[in-house]
Amino acid sequence: MAVKVQIPAPLRPFTGSHSTVEVDGRDVGEVLENLVAAHPQLRPQLFQPDGHIRSFVNVYLNDEDIRYTGRGQTPVQPTDTLTIVPSVAGGSAARCCC
Amino acid sequence: MSLILPRAALEAIRSHGERDYPNECCGLLLGSADGGAAREVREAQPLRNANTASPRNRFDFDPAEHLAAQRAARERELEVIGFYHSHPDHPARPTQFDLDHAAWPGYSYVIVSIRQGKAGEANSFELAEDRSRFLDEEIEIR
Repeated sequence: MAVKVQIPAPLRPFTGSHSTVEVDGRDVGEVLENLVAAHPQLRPQLFQPDGHIRSFVNVYLNDEDIRYTGRGQTPVQPTDTLTIVPSVAGGSAARCCC
Repeated sequence: MSLILPRAALEAIRSHGERDYPNECCGLLLGSADGGAAREVREAQPLRNANTASPRNRFDFDPAEHLAAQRAARERELEVIGFYHSHPDHPARPTQFDLDHAAWPGYSYVIVSIRQGKAGEANSFELAEDRSRFLDEEIEIR
């Protein structure tokens, strides 16, 4: 069963410039694993070396952040869309770094 | 990489920074990135600073608002190609905190300095491939 995965612009060099890819899987974890298996350069962008999703990477199953829906075990349906969105934060309360 | 920024978008960023002063403002850079030598902004979209604990020197995107904005942009065949935020009474340079909270390389990060409520310089940066630092990015105003 394939679901659509929406790829943010900076990661498209790793998906052959595709903004949306279809990936098989029964749950979110399987979809993400199959996604990085098909596009290996995505793995370090999405996952830490220990296999956990990087802290600034948010993954939504339709409108739900998977952190709040059972993480990787959340089942998926063929009509679902998985969207990868970075968490964005910052601020001036520190010295300039660069 | 350089950033092509329409004057209207730059003015929108500066106005947003002045409007939200003394708090930090934040938003999206929407446009196109075709893999060429430049990212081209079509418009700047303000988002709410969701940081309620320390909004004068921190900003957070509201995740749901960010998701909705990214989707709406796609429906208009625009892409999120970067982000902007203000530094109230602080230089338009990234801080260690900005670096620690950066997303992937490949986005433009525009920072505008707001001094005593008036917009000052604006600079753009991109994250080094190894995420170790920000690199200066040339802004081409059109």
